Amino acid sequence: MRSKIVISIILVTILSIKLFGQYSTLQLNFGHYIGDQKLVLDSVMFKNELGQNFTVSKFKYYVSNFHFKSSSGKDIFINETFLINEDEEESKKIILNKLPAGNYTSFDFILGVDSLHNCSGAQSGALDPVNAMFWAWNTGYIFLKLEGFAPNSLSPGKFFEYHIGGYKQPSNCIRKISIALGKEVKTDAAITKEIKLKVNILEILKTPTTIDFSKLSSVTDHKNATLVADNYSDMFKLMPNEK
Amino acid sequence: MKNKVIYTLFILIAIAALCNSFVIENPYFKITKKDVKLKIPKGFPKPNYTFKKNKLTPDVFVLGRKLFYDNLLSKDNTVSCGTCHQRIAAFAHIDHKLSHGIYAKIGTRNVPALQNLIWKDAYMWDGGVTSLELQPINPITSPIEMDESLENVILKLRANKEYVKLFNKAYKDTLINSERLLKALAQFTGLMITANSKYDKYMHKKDTFSIAEKNGLQLFRTKCAGCHKEPLFTDNSYRNNGIKMDTSLKDFGRGRLTEIEKDYRTFKVPGLRNVEITYPYMHDGRFKKLKDVIDHYSNSANHDDRADTLINKIGVLSAQQKKEILSFLLTLTDKEFLYDRRFADPAMLQ
Ligand code: HEC
Ligand code: HEC
Repeated sequence: MRSKIVISIILVTILSIKLFGQYSTLQLNFGHYIGDQKLVLDSVMFKNELGQNFTVSKFKYYVSNFHFKSSSGKDIFINETFLINEDEEESKKIILNKLPAGNYTSFDFILGVDSLHNCSGAQSGALDPVNAMFWAWNTGYIFLKLEGFAPNSLSPGKFFEYHIGGYKQPSNCIRKISIALGKEVKTDAAITKEIKLKVNILEILKTPTTIDFSKLSSVTDHKNATLVADNYSDMFKLMPNEK
Repeated sequence: MKNKVIYTLFILIAIAALCNSFVIENPYFKITKKDVKLKIPKGFPKPNYTFKKNKLTPDVFVLGRKLFYDNLLSKDNTVSCGTCHQRIAAFAHIDHKLSHGIYAKIGTRNVPALQNLIWKDAYMWDGGVTSLELQPINPITSPIEMDESLENVILKLRANKEYVKLFNKAYKDTLINSERLLKALAQFTGLMITANSKYDKYMHKKDTFSIAEKNGLQLFRTKCAGCHKEPLFTDNSYRNNGIKMDTSLKDFGRGRLTEIEKDYRTFKVPGLRNVEITYPYMHDGRFKKLKDVIDHYSNSANHDDRADTLINKIGVLSAQQKKEILSFLLTLTDKEFLYDRRFADPAMLQ
């Protein structure tokens, strides 16, 4: 009798894990664009809002702290940090495999690294300081690096560089990005679902502040950093054909 | 036949055992479990850095010690942490105004003592570094200190047989990455704890003070402890202690970091333990002797106009008072720490 109860408890547990605790796999793809043109490093000239030419030589940023909202009103938090780098194809596809199977209507994440992870000492993986997204003299991660060449820039070599970071007020550059999924995305354990995001670099250079390369070609500490952060807060959109 | 095989094996094992015993470790440098146990000195507050995510073990500590004294961490293999941070000077750089780094380049700041680091909430004279573990990235990558990239240090370590062995021993697998390098260094520097000076023994009623030392302590408590708070002799705040800015260095201290008006030309209050041997003094090493420091505090006419209000309250000190403060400061020297064998460089004495 006793053993029967034990066996049925075990069976029920196994079943419920199978039914309710099932993880699905979701892949987020980050496509980098300048307006409607695909980003190509170094060799292709693009134009900013003011018609000034520029090329991009480096584009890297952190995304972390994902929240997925399900159609039943659940909020699933995924506490992971990823470093996306234009120069590394694989980094532009991130895999989330701790998401319970379900129907999702929207999600959000932050561009940056939260204060907890900024204050956690030596770390490895995406947050390893060897990734060169780290300020040594003023401890903290650089959230986004955009570098390139612009003939209008007045800096030596006509370069521009925006290294944006800072998790403390008044120069907090963490920005929350919310994405509404036009139609529900159903995830399950059997196949990997994909969501494609369009990341428009032009948005870093405009709205609310239009950046003129001849006036602001370098941001490497908190001076002007929030200005760029306000700009980049709208650079992520769902890829149009996904809507 | 079978006997012969066993016999040969036995001989071989005996030889191997003998060979091994020739490289006996010098017991002076041996690090035991007891050596790496974190003991919070009586009367000290809770530390900020607790080793919680960096479990103290003899093997990791030994790895940290080797790294601290290894020139491999610099680009041309000439400078180690120990070059600037000398044990005999409580890990400050004795008799050097400004730090001397790679290619004989001169830095912009005086090398501070490394002691009681786990009670600090931020490091460097301006508090720019908020993690003990991440601090070494500064000297390693600074073009005037070690001028090396973290990436390249990792590559050098991976290519070095001895380090492969040491990392393996410390972490039970062969992975060598920056997290492990930095954590090992933090074990070594984090255990640099000084709390056995004459002052401590006096406080715990194990030693006595002379009249001058007693009066000095009294004066210190009324005039200095507002910033140099016992028992660590710092309240971890940033202040302007009345020294005028060196116009050739133009060091704005904390202000450069925060760009907040009141932070300009303030510096982190240094803990004064072992101050007898950490000369020269101040962030730019401008004062050679403790006497000069005390004279500075007493000479209010010459104080910077941004001096903290507590500085202006010190007032003029008599010759007698100056002597008493000085004799008190000398009670902060901790010989046990300065000669602690755990922090000695094994390569120096072998
Ligand atoms: C070229 C000389 C030099 C070298 C080499 C050097 N340091 Fe330093 N160290 C300094 C100076 C100068 C400061 C203060 C810097 C400042 O305030 O900006 C300092 C500060 C520190 C501090 C902060 C102390 C405090 O109380 O705020 C620690 C910890 C430290 N060093 C550890 C190390 C380690 C570990 C290494 C080796 C990886 C190292 N240092 C290599 C010169 C050096
Ligand atoms: C308002 C806060 C304050 C008060 C009061 C104060 N100090 Fe300081 N002290 C500091 C700061 C800040 C520094 C570092 C200044 C710098 O380098 O720019 C310092 C540096 C020192 C140093 C040099 C330590 C080193 O390692 O370079 C000594 C010694 C010292 N103080 C002793 C005293 C004595 C003795 C008194 C009392 C007569 C006193 N201080 C009062 C804030 C204070």
